[in-house]
Amino acid sequence: MGLYASSPRRRVAAAITLLALLALPWLMQTLDQGFYVSFASRVLIFALAATSLNLVIGFGGMISFGHAAFFGAGAYTVAILAEGGVHSAALAWPLALAVAALLALLIGAISLRTRGVYFIMITLAFAQMVFYLIVSLKSWGGDDGLLLLRRSTFGSLDLKDDTTFYFVVLATLALVLLALDRLAHSRFGRVIQSIRENETRMEALGYPVFSYKLVCFVIGGALAGLAGALLVNQSGLASPNLLHWMQSGTLMVMIVIGGVGSVFGGVVGAVLLLLCEEFFVEISPHWQIGLGLVLLAVVLWAPLGIAGLFGWGRSRE
Amino acid sequence: MRPTKCLFALATLLLLGTSVHAAEATSVKVGFLSTLSGPGAGLGIDIRDGFNLAVKQLNGKLGGLPAEVIVVDDQQKPEVAQQIAEKFLKKDKVDFMTGIVFSNIMLAVGQPVFDNKTFYISANAGPSQYAGEQCNPYFFNVAWQNDNLHEAVGKYVMDKGFKNVVLVAPNYPGGKDAMVGFKRFYKGKVSEEIYTKLGQLDYAAELAQIRSLKPDAVFFFLPGGMGINFVKQFVAAGLSSDTQLFAPGFSADEDVIKAVGRRCSACSTPRTGRTTWRTPRTGASLPTSRRNTDVCPHFTPSQGFDAALLIDGAVRDVKGRLDDKEALRKALEAKHFKSVRGDFKFNSNHYPVQNYYLRVIGRDAQGRVTNKTMGTVFTNHADAYVAQCKMK
Amino acid sequence: MTQLILEQALNGLQFGLMLFLLAAGLTLVFGIMDMINLAHGSLYMVGAYLAAAVTQASGSFMVGIGTAMLATALLGALLEVSLLRRLYARDHLAQVLATFALILIANEVVRMIWGAQPMLLNAPDALSGPVSIGGFFYPAYRLLLIGVGVLVAGLLYLLVSHTRLGMWVRAGASNREMTEALGVNVRLLFTAVFAVGAALCALAGAMLGPLLAVQVGMGESILILAFVVIVIGGIGSIRGALVGSLLVGLVDTLGRAALPSLLREVLSPEVASSLGPALASILIYVLMAAILFWRPEGLFPARG
Repeated sequence: MGLYASSPRRRVAAAITLLALLALPWLMQTLDQGFYVSFASRVLIFALAATSLNLVIGFGGMISFGHAAFFGAGAYTVAILAEGGVHSAALAWPLALAVAALLALLIGAISLRTRGVYFIMITLAFAQMVFYLIVSLKSWGGDDGLLLLRRSTFGSLDLKDDTTFYFVVLATLALVLLALDRLAHSRFGRVIQSIRENETRMEALGYPVFSYKLVCFVIGGALAGLAGALLVNQSGLASPNLLHWMQSGTLMVMIVIGGVGSVFGGVVGAVLLLLCEEFFVEISPHWQIGLGLVLLAVVLWAPLGIAGLFGWGRSRE
Repeated sequence: MRPTKCLFALATLLLLGTSVHAAEATSVKVGFLSTLSGPGAGLGIDIRDGFNLAVKQLNGKLGGLPAEVIVVDDQQKPEVAQQIAEKFLKKDKVDFMTGIVFSNIMLAVGQPVFDNKTFYISANAGPSQYAGEQCNPYFFNVAWQNDNLHEAVGKYVMDKGFKNVVLVAPNYPGGKDAMVGFKRFYKGKVSEEIYTKLGQLDYAAELAQIRSLKPDAVFFFLPGGMGINFVKQFVAAGLSSDTQLFAPGFSADEDVIKAVGRRCSACSTPRTGRTTWRTPRTGASLPTSRRNTDVCPHFTPSQGFDAALLIDGAVRDVKGRLDDKEALRKALEAKHFKSVRGDFKFNSNHYPVQNYYLRVIGRDAQGRVTNKTMGTVFTNHADAYVAQCKMK
Repeated sequence: MTQLILEQALNGLQFGLMLFLLAAGLTLVFGIMDMINLAHGSLYMVGAYLAAAVTQASGSFMVGIGTAMLATALLGALLEVSLLRRLYARDHLAQVLATFALILIANEVVRMIWGAQPMLLNAPDALSGPVSIGGFFYPAYRLLLIGVGVLVAGLLYLLVSHTRLGMWVRAGASNREMTEALGVNVRLLFTAVFAVGAALCALAGAMLGPLLAVQVGMGESILILAFVVIVIGGIGSIRGALVGSLLVGLVDTLGRAALPSLLREVLSPEVASSLGPALASILIYVLMAAILFWRPEGLFPARG
């Protein structure tokens, strides 16, 4: 799997994509469409969140239905820290990552003892617990969510500026994708993919399957927390709906559309879904019917998603 | 599709987008963000209809300029509202925003709007924050401060000598304002303050609790569908025979009466009990917004109607120079229109100073169930937070 | 005090029995076909809307419920034959996604037909007041819900444990291949089970409509509770679904009622009354996580 692996063509494609993304703010400012810079940040943040889930589902083979909990945990960490006067990104963002990782460790350690459909259900149950806990805590905004009145500060960078913020998001996403691609080809990556394909065999070979899966689950959760930290900066609100199970479902939709198990699956899915949302909603308020039908078609006839259609998904062993 | 092609497609899409949204310098753009779906939708739809009615009566213009009203549903979700507001400000570049029903959404959206120096004309949400310390030159409210109607109920309940009251409100800023407002003028015993989840529809547990507390009156503030369900279930539980129900005006608007009125009027007859349902309100109804012949004139649309008239007067006053924020603010403060529900003037925090009346649900001359105005509770009443507002 | 406890217990029972109507169909589909059906909540919503529409048109609540049950059963069968059947052999991720897509479609279609505002559905006038039993008041309509719930539970029990159809269903739940090998037409059986589940959804939607609100998205929140119920009870077991429903209903209602007053002893009323219901909701999920941890097959495992 992976984009940087073998084909030089892919390398060129990636470079061009990156260049285009770098030029996007300039293009939008020229066209006096500054709104879309902020919108693009949002898309890239969701791409990061979807990518993190793809690591867990597509890569680790663990169908987690509670990923929104980590996404929300990251967002809330940043908002709560800001409430307490901590605005530094250098402090708040790693902490958001750490909180999400810790939560993932806790939930993963218990949930990974179950299998199959029970795993889906228990991750869902834990996410709902976090959801209701946040809703109940009035000092953290409860139902209304927690406002982040000013963006985090990052050295001399002015994150309040939409373009600067966009570049920070873009850099984060690029680094994460690069790291994941490396991870996929590391020993760890190969072992975890083998576990996905045949857990019993790997166990018989003496690999500590549980620990491998847990580490993968925790990395996924931590990255979702990072995405949450970015999202709350983009939108200015940590809302309990970020933790809702429909949010977990939406992230799943993104990776399935994009391609389960492909490094770029999450990115492609998030971009497609949010672009559709943005533009089709103006054509018809009922565009979700179309989305539902597309999703059905993907599940029935293109289980590897867009990535699968174009042959840059994971190879089936 | 390779990512590169994908991106080009995106760029083309965006280019197409720009040509559609070319800025028209000689019009007034209003971003109307409101709750138009779900259990709280009734209020938002009424306000929208009132606003549109005013624009229609002004021949599609506001202050003599062609009006463009962009209506979007916030689904009663703060994060959805925020995204729409961002789009209004950065993409559509609206001149005014209005429409929000719920205070939690108002508070989530307010800051970016004010930072962008865009005027927000509230037709409903009147959180205490924006009346007091966080008052803002870009925020105007043509309805009331959240506490006001509840204060009026509190005073009435106090005056009538009720001794033991249970309060019910959703757990959100507007609900908390309601309880505070009620208690500001009701000094008797409050045996319980019940906070419910915003959007809750089943009140079985709360009603059982009320039954066990045996209050002589219940004050509830549950906007929209929540109120309808509460009253229905209250009557079904048999509580209406010895407990009197009180609610602020919009919890007993004609939509609610339509849904539950028959039963409520039945329980106000002497035979089954002594319940009447009393609600204070401000001024006369809006005669022109009759949507439905068997429903009496609505009250909520008048709020939207007034919001449009306020904008109309101010735009006319500054002769369309919408960029002169200072002049526009002064024009809004001067309030160049007369409210259809009885007139008011703006206080220094941009909230209304006005009269509050009491109305009781009963039958009109044609035998329809409706609200009857019974008397005045407050004259020229201001909110309690204006002193904390530093704005001049 | 006795009145309060009794009333809250009845409220819990009523809520639990309504959950059972949803969980019964879900647990069979889940158990026999090994299929996660997120669209179960959508059938509940569609049933409620149909009941409201027909009731408004015909003026009769009974006609509304009857039509809604029949139409939703038909819709369920149609859905099973045309789409869900293809998903039985697929992995859980595919099932989750495909039925998630169905939720999106169902919500939008309902919004297109009936609009974004909630629909009004009133119970018959005769049931809109309270019933008094020796000084104890309880809403007549809620009492009816309890009655219907008990009746359906009884009928299902008879159907599953005392008829040939029920025997096939039980056999299918515990071992599908074996049942097939014994010559039972499992395909037809699946369709029938699905239709019955859909009809029960519609019944729950129609019965809860007057109490709650008939609105888009009403199925999503209750769906998760139904899943919790069947996981607690043991997937595929009707008896487990009943026990799980009552457990969830009682824990939720009693928690909501009692926790605030318990917490008020130590906290301010506002904190207590907001923390109370939330803790009660969490209680359900804690219960589920604990049961999954110690009894991964649920309380009454169907597969032996």
